[in-house]
Amino acid sequence: MELVLSLAIGIMAASGVWLLLRPRTFQVIVGLCLLSYAVNLFIFSMGRLTVGAPPIMPKGGFVNPVAYADPVPQALVLTAIVISFATTALFLVVMLASRGLTGTDHVDGKERDQ
Amino acid sequence: MIEQNLILILVLLPFLGALAAATLPVNAHNAAAWVSGLVLAGGLVILAMLHAPVSEGRVLRVFVQWVPSLRLNLPFRVDGFAWFFVTLVLSIGVLVVIYARYYLSRTDPVPRFYSFLLAFTGAMVGLLLSGNILMLVVFWELTSITSFLLIGYWNQSQAARDGARMALIVTAVGGLCLLVAMLVLGQIVGAYDLDRVLASGDVIRAHPLYPLVLVLFLIGAFTKSAQFPFHFWLPGAMAAPTPVSAFLHSATMVKAGVFLLVRFSPTLGGTELWFFAVTGTGMATLLIGAVIALFRHDLKGLLAYSTISHLGLITALAGIGSTGAIVAAIFHIANHAVFKASLFMAAGIIDHETGTRDMRKLSGLFRAMPFTGTLAIVASAAMAGVPLLNGFLSKEMFFAEAVDWHNGTWLDNSLPYIATAASIFSVAYSVRFIATVFFGPPASDLPKQAHEPSPWMRRPVELLVFVCLAVGIFPGLTLGPVLNDAARAVVGADLPHQDIAIWHGLNWPLYMSLIAMAVGTLIYIVFARRISAGPEGPPVIWRVRAQRIYEKLLLELTWKLPRRLHGFFGTERLQPQLRLLVLLAVVCLGVTLWGALSPVQKPLARTTALNPAFLLMWGVGAACAIGAAWQAKYHRFAALVLLGGAGLVTCLTFAWFSAPDLAVTQLLVEIVTTVLLLLGLRWLPRRREEIAADKLLPAKIRRGRDLVIALVSGAGLAALSYVVMTRPLIPNVGDWFLRNAYYEGGGTNTVNVILVDFRAFDTFGEITVLAIVGLTVYALLRRFRPAAESSGVPDQQKGEVTVALKDYMLVPSAIMRWMFPVLIVISAYLFFRGHDLPGGGFSSGVTLAIALLLQYIASNVRWIEARIVILPIRWMGIGLLIAGATGVGAWLVGYPFLTAHAQYVDVPLIGKVPAATALIFDLGVFALVVGATVLMLIAIAHQSLRSARQREQEAEADKKEAL
Repeated sequence: MELVLSLAIGIMAASGVWLLLRPRTFQVIVGLCLLSYAVNLFIFSMGRLTVGAPPIMPKGGFVNPVAYADPVPQALVLTAIVISFATTALFLVVMLASRGLTGTDHVDGKERDQ
Repeated sequence: MIEQNLILILVLLPFLGALAAATLPVNAHNAAAWVSGLVLAGGLVILAMLHAPVSEGRVLRVFVQWVPSLRLNLPFRVDGFAWFFVTLVLSIGVLVVIYARYYLSRTDPVPRFYSFLLAFTGAMVGLLLSGNILMLVVFWELTSITSFLLIGYWNQSQAARDGARMALIVTAVGGLCLLVAMLVLGQIVGAYDLDRVLASGDVIRAHPLYPLVLVLFLIGAFTKSAQFPFHFWLPGAMAAPTPVSAFLHSATMVKAGVFLLVRFSPTLGGTELWFFAVTGTGMATLLIGAVIALFRHDLKGLLAYSTISHLGLITALAGIGSTGAIVAAIFHIANHAVFKASLFMAAGIIDHETGTRDMRKLSGLFRAMPFTGTLAIVASAAMAGVPLLNGFLSKEMFFAEAVDWHNGTWLDNSLPYIATAASIFSVAYSVRFIATVFFGPPASDLPKQAHEPSPWMRRPVELLVFVCLAVGIFPGLTLGPVLNDAARAVVGADLPHQDIAIWHGLNWPLYMSLIAMAVGTLIYIVFARRISAGPEGPPVIWRVRAQRIYEKLLLELTWKLPRRLHGFFGTERLQPQLRLLVLLAVVCLGVTLWGALSPVQKPLARTTALNPAFLLMWGVGAACAIGAAWQAKYHRFAALVLLGGAGLVTCLTFAWFSAPDLAVTQLLVEIVTTVLLLLGLRWLPRRREEIAADKLLPAKIRRGRDLVIALVSGAGLAALSYVVMTRPLIPNVGDWFLRNAYYEGGGTNTVNVILVDFRAFDTFGEITVLAIVGLTVYALLRRFRPAAESSGVPDQQKGEVTVALKDYMLVPSAIMRWMFPVLIVISAYLFFRGHDLPGGGFSSGVTLAIALLLQYIASNVRWIEARIVILPIRWMGIGLLIAGATGVGAWLVGYPFLTAHAQYVDVPLIGKVPAATALIFDLGVFALVVGATVLMLIAIAHQSLRSARQREQEAEADKKEAL
């Protein structure tokens, strides 16, 4: 499982970085989304992989922390998901506004050869 | 206790006065002057009350706690020296205020002037009384800033703006050096308390960092008191109104530098380094200032260089550091302040009544203004050091120190010669000032008809000149006692009483004075004509001016160098910047993690058995990711679908590995993101493969390079995550969260408890960011203008297809409408179970947003907005308020911000329900998420509506035209 997940993270990150370096705004926005998936999974995987033990505690009694998934990376990723949604939305709007102002969807606001 | 309060009032009074003066109407000339004058006079009354304890040798202290955790407090202390100096500042301040009342014209905005003047006085008083060396630097910088404002008071003039900027840059840079010096000093001593620092001279001088501290400290002091080579800002500052020049740039602010030198001379001084640096600089400044002053044609220019020269004299005395030298330095600080302030005021009167300050034009004014002339003559005689005037006494003391043997170095031996030479020039420029301005034939081409000023403009000068005479004739009766108090405060309580006498018999200092007077007068008589005809400065060296060097340096540093750097490093293009960023990340991580990434020798500690379904799932996920990367250029819609696929697989992975909260949130956010991007697609230009020019070789090379970068970063991240995942988990803070989620947070869902209770402040920050993003999106789209090609009706809505589309959508839209109540219930369900089971404010907020969104998709915007009123900004505001109020609520019961309280409440029919205050916080999160999400989606959706409205208007206009 670890190998599969790390390969998956790598593939998503590579696709994201590739798109990040492209000249069209839509490519960059898709790239950012992919990269944020990869990074979220990466942060999540820092808590190691646990199957079937979500961090939901019993009501009272002794708690053995080893028996549950690490909640800290989960809390971090939950925040990251929301924030990356916000940045995607912001970037989308900037992209639209820049397209309206400059008449092109190149990331520099002008075509390369102009 | 009364004394303590008096000190605090003394420090605060000028600042309060500044506030009061600032609020007066623009033309309140008298009121502003009265306020300032009374404030300063009030300060003097307080000082009079403090005189008795101070003269007994006591040090009065008051201590205000400010930031105790940083050891930053506001201690103020009054000893003899500080008392002496503050009295000097406030007395001259009162006179300057009276003078300024008659000097400033009716059209000047006076409240600003007096407000700045009082703020400056406050900063100066704070600097003098500060008992903490860091606070001292703060007040020090405050004097630089207020002085900047005062020099630039006539901000319509270019000279004033340039002079102000130059003064600020030079003195503020010095202030920064002083700050570093004080920080290091504080580290050496182990305290920032002035008393402790002053008492630790031996420790400081023996410390290896002593030279560094000394150099930085001296840069600070020298820039402030205009010592060579930092002297050039002072003549530039003469663009200030004359009252400012008289107050700041002769009597007080420039004296702050020498104040510091005198204050620290017993602590930092006594070494050869100190002697050479301080006395050497002081003597150089003394001579250079005196020489240049002789050649200036501008009255205030002459006085400015004379000030520089006299400051050099005081600096040299502080460098010598013997008891007699310290007494002489303090004495000269006062004497110089008195005669120089009166001279500046006299120069201001001449300027005011004749319209010029150029000594080549002024002549024979004694007939027109005999009183002012007499006063100026007495004051310049004091400046030149003529017997029976105060300047003579302190200069004699300086000469005596110069003649005395101190350490036998070459500098010590040459002191008398330099002192005599400088004194010769000092006499010469004083004679020139009087002779050219007041004597000779009457001036013919003055801009104004010269006459005596209004009597009250002359009163301050009269008083100051009277002081010159009184101190000069009866030194022991006037300044003697306070001077002794001041010197004792600096040198130590065991200082024997210093007697200031007028007559010491025939000795070397007297001979030196006589030589200086004779030769100085002779020089003026011989060279008067040539000096007047010559350039503005001494022969030959007038071309080399420190100010030019400064200007060149400034141009180089603030204009040329940044532009060159920008040309070299900068790019307007995004791609190279991103490439650089990615490469930097890869290289940095690669270098630091190289050892960790190498294959592990021992058997891997931790693996989970592979499930084929998981492999299959990620096969699809990877294909989706690569497909999205591949198709994003020409087939945006396909790329979006594939992106969604990758997101879903991510979401399933979260669910698989025990993170139900993440899975829920990811799924919901995924939906919203996809809709958002779909809405955006409409406004992008068409792109077809056949018109692309990227089949060429350069484009292929670029893509190849980017592919390599992408592969390397992907491989790196994969390797890193594999290495980390296979290592055993180190016990961390997460265990504490798990153990205490129920007992401390009152919820069983640890992730939610972390978000809304343990780390609620982070969440508070995060939702604030979300709100800001929502508002930004809204603001950006208010002025949105789509590109011309996108503003028409989309192809899909043209012709026959539109009707068919409406029919096709009928069933889905009916279902979507029915989904609305269902989704609201799901949202509520997710919200209420959030503290114990997966769910919470975020996910339920996004669910509600989706419910609203579906209604928008099901019908058109107008239909839905006629039926539901949604005010997303209110939702956001209320959400933020609720969250904030929950945090503040903890204060009411005496806990820190955002402390949560948790208990379970038995609700009939439902059973036990967690009722933590964190739940209220979560309600705030929920409302804000709903508001922000809906705001963003609606703002984008409305763009179609707007362009549709635009089309309708255009069609109407066309119709009208056709008719």
